[in-house]
Amino acid sequence: MTLSLLFYIISTLTIGSALLVVLNRNAVYSAVLLVFTFFNLSILYLLLEAYFLAVLEIIIYAGAIMVLFLFVIMLFNVGKEQVLPKIMSFQRAVSLFLLVIFFTGVSLFTIQGVQDLHQPAGSASIGNVTAIGEALFSKYLFPFEIASILLLVALIGTVYLAKRKI
Amino acid sequence: MIGLIPFFPLLGFLINGLGGKRISERMSGIIASVVVGLSFIVAITLFGEFLKIGTPLEQTLFTWIAVGKFTVSFSYVLDSLSLVMVLVITGVGLLIHIFSIGYMKGDPGIQRYFSYLNLFTFMMLTLVMSDNFLAMFLGWEGVGLCSYLLIGFWFEDPVKAAAGKKAFIVNRIGDFGFLLAMFLIFSRFGSLKFMDVLIPQQIAQIPIEIVTAITLLLFLGATGKSAQIPLHIWLPDAMAGPTPVSALIHAATMVTAGVYLIARCGILFAASEITMSVIAVIGILTAFFAATIALTETDIKKVLAYSTISQLGFMFAAVGVGAFAAGIFHLMTHAFFKGLLFLAAGSVIHGMSGEQNMLKMGGLKQKMPTTYWTMLAGVAAISGLPLLSGFFSKDEILWNVYSSQFGGNILFGIGLFTAAMTAFYMFRLFFMTFHGDRRWSKEVSPHESPKIMTIPLIMLAVLSVVGGFIGIPESWGGHNFFHQFLQKSTQDATGYITHQYSSGLLLSENILMILSIVAAIGGLLLAYRFYVQRPDIPGKISKSLSIAYKLVSGKYFIDELYGLLFVRPLRNGSELFLKKFDISVIDGIANGSGKVMLVLGNKLRRIQTGVMQNYAAVIFLGVISIIFYLYLK
Amino acid sequence: MVVPLEHVIILSGLLFSIGVMGVLFRRNVIIIFMSIELMLNAVNLALVGFSRYHNNVDGQVFVFLVMTLAAAEVSVGLAIIVALFRNRQTVNINEMNLMKN
Repeated sequence: MTLSLLFYIISTLTIGSALLVVLNRNAVYSAVLLVFTFFNLSILYLLLEAYFLAVLEIIIYAGAIMVLFLFVIMLFNVGKEQVLPKIMSFQRAVSLFLLVIFFTGVSLFTIQGVQDLHQPAGSASIGNVTAIGEALFSKYLFPFEIASILLLVALIGTVYLAKRKI
Repeated sequence: MIGLIPFFPLLGFLINGLGGKRISERMSGIIASVVVGLSFIVAITLFGEFLKIGTPLEQTLFTWIAVGKFTVSFSYVLDSLSLVMVLVITGVGLLIHIFSIGYMKGDPGIQRYFSYLNLFTFMMLTLVMSDNFLAMFLGWEGVGLCSYLLIGFWFEDPVKAAAGKKAFIVNRIGDFGFLLAMFLIFSRFGSLKFMDVLIPQQIAQIPIEIVTAITLLLFLGATGKSAQIPLHIWLPDAMAGPTPVSALIHAATMVTAGVYLIARCGILFAASEITMSVIAVIGILTAFFAATIALTETDIKKVLAYSTISQLGFMFAAVGVGAFAAGIFHLMTHAFFKGLLFLAAGSVIHGMSGEQNMLKMGGLKQKMPTTYWTMLAGVAAISGLPLLSGFFSKDEILWNVYSSQFGGNILFGIGLFTAAMTAFYMFRLFFMTFHGDRRWSKEVSPHESPKIMTIPLIMLAVLSVVGGFIGIPESWGGHNFFHQFLQKSTQDATGYITHQYSSGLLLSENILMILSIVAAIGGLLLAYRFYVQRPDIPGKISKSLSIAYKLVSGKYFIDELYGLLFVRPLRNGSELFLKKFDISVIDGIANGSGKVMLVLGNKLRRIQTGVMQNYAAVIFLGVISIIFYLYLK
Repeated sequence: MVVPLEHVIILSGLLFSIGVMGVLFRRNVIIIFMSIELMLNAVNLALVGFSRYHNNVDGQVFVFLVMTLAAAEVSVGLAIIVALFRNRQTVNINEMNLMKN
């Protein structure tokens, strides 16, 4: 019961920080808030018994990706964003409308759609490193290898893009 | 080994076709002749081997098409039937290639000419050696293409280019029949291989109506290729091509493809009595009508063209009454003497600097002695003078027409009369060209052709004279070598035909023979009287029989009839469509759609704001739509 | 822990919506990019929830692969943004309208 309560608290924190990420005018704040969001998500993963992913979330997102973001933001040193011009208001209205539709749609479908969705199933150990490792190196060996090639390509691409003149 | 036979001409085609002007004029002719000569040597070797083994030789080159259950392999097969054809194509073809070196000398497109000629040889060999209908059809279309290219070889002349087109288009009608027949065969037999289709037990399971339909459609293809009524109109026009081409394609080989097709599928054809009767009647009628047209024709090549149609009619009559071996025998001898006649005519035209009208010839005997004597051999052979090749083969056909269940007295009578006419018009051509007054103009100085042209003439003349001895009729006590050789290929087919050889016939083969000799000599004497002794008679006769004369000299106005029935309505209809429909509706749609797009584009251009977030919003809208669609589905 | 799967999914949907909002509303390219990361994470959360619900490791493997992809994407994407900034001296997406004209 306490764990359930924890879930809802963390959920609220996640949503709040995510909203602040999007609504904040200062890019540095946004980045820091996003790191906070990722920590919260990591806790949610722990609650959902995905231990390995919880660790990965912190290492990759909070550790690696967000550091990159912060570096770039610092590098640019841009100030606060200007107020959005008027011509964007139509775009904003439409976007907002779409968002509401999307969210209500997802919620409705989730609640109505499947009846026996209520209880998470039992407790077998699927979240630990062993289980994921076994799946990765047997059933998902090929996607795993492809992913490594993807990383290599991204590495080369980044090096190329980082050159002085393009 | 078998594959080498068609391979060499293909090689020659590639060398001459790709080399083009880089190959000297002399060299291209030599290359073309040598490759055909090599094929001939291979064919002779295989002929010896075949005589020793006695079973068909086969070689599969590669799988051509494999779709589901439908497989066609590209393979060559040599049995006695295709061996005869291969020997004729390469042998006669070789002589004509050599003749061409002299005839085409100085023509700027000579490399192109020889590459076409080699391609033709390759396609023709593919046609006769393939072991299935589809590869045969490939060759069938290929020779049609080469025929088109070579008829229109001098394409600068619009008349000649049009003649090529006519040949091609008329042939398409026949090819359509061939195609439909192939579809039917595949749907009924499940295979296009001759070995799977041409089995008596297999054919017996198919309803007779289907067999009739297949064979009639195949016969439609044959009428197109072999210029039989009603699709004979292209062959006279095809004389626009160089004369050696007429000799090779439009006399010796390609036009006989229809006969070959029927002989090859003899078992299938023999199963349908209707088809057999149709073929026999069409064959004899073609022979007769073409011969009558040849009586009044004055263009030396056109006479030969109509004579070819007529002789092809005889061959069809032969296969139509079930005498497949006789038909092929006549095909072979015809290749000899008609090839010879065309080449001799080519030699005359060459000597007369391109003159083809016989009214402007005459008295050429002294000027071109070799041509004179060789042509005499050809004319005598086609007329059926005793002991020459045409005598044996034509006589065999007439005998079979008379004695077979599909033939009869009437067909035989027409055939015999046609044979007499053949002798008449051939000797008419001969006398008008070589005897009588010298009617040519002062500028022309007739001369004998060079050795490279006369040597093939002499060799073909020898063949025309002695070629018949391989098929001495059995009633003469000889054993017919040719028949026995072909027996393997045709015996199953002849099993269907019940010949009434001995029982209750009024006339025996020998008496028929005497009749046909009388007919031939009668024709000869009549021609001699008309065109040497009393040249004024033909004019009088044509005046007194003016209606018949006009009908015949107008080729029965079949071209005009087709023009009236098919060409003019099509053209008028097309013009109407062009004016009313095409310009207003089609062009309206085409131009209108362009205009609509322009207007729409101008309006829709505003959508492309260039603002990335607008695009992102639209993408998001798409995502939402997809989710809703998936949910509601 | 007993939490209905619906709640996890709704949370995920909400996070995704917030991410989309960031993409559609903000003009700073870097923040738009961060919002994309947020959307990826929302999907990850849903996948983990399903994995837990079905007691199946496949969903977590997917998350693993998505993270790999995100790492690659971020490195290339940030490199592009840096290059863009170097050339145009701006991170405002409205000024990056080369697609028009």
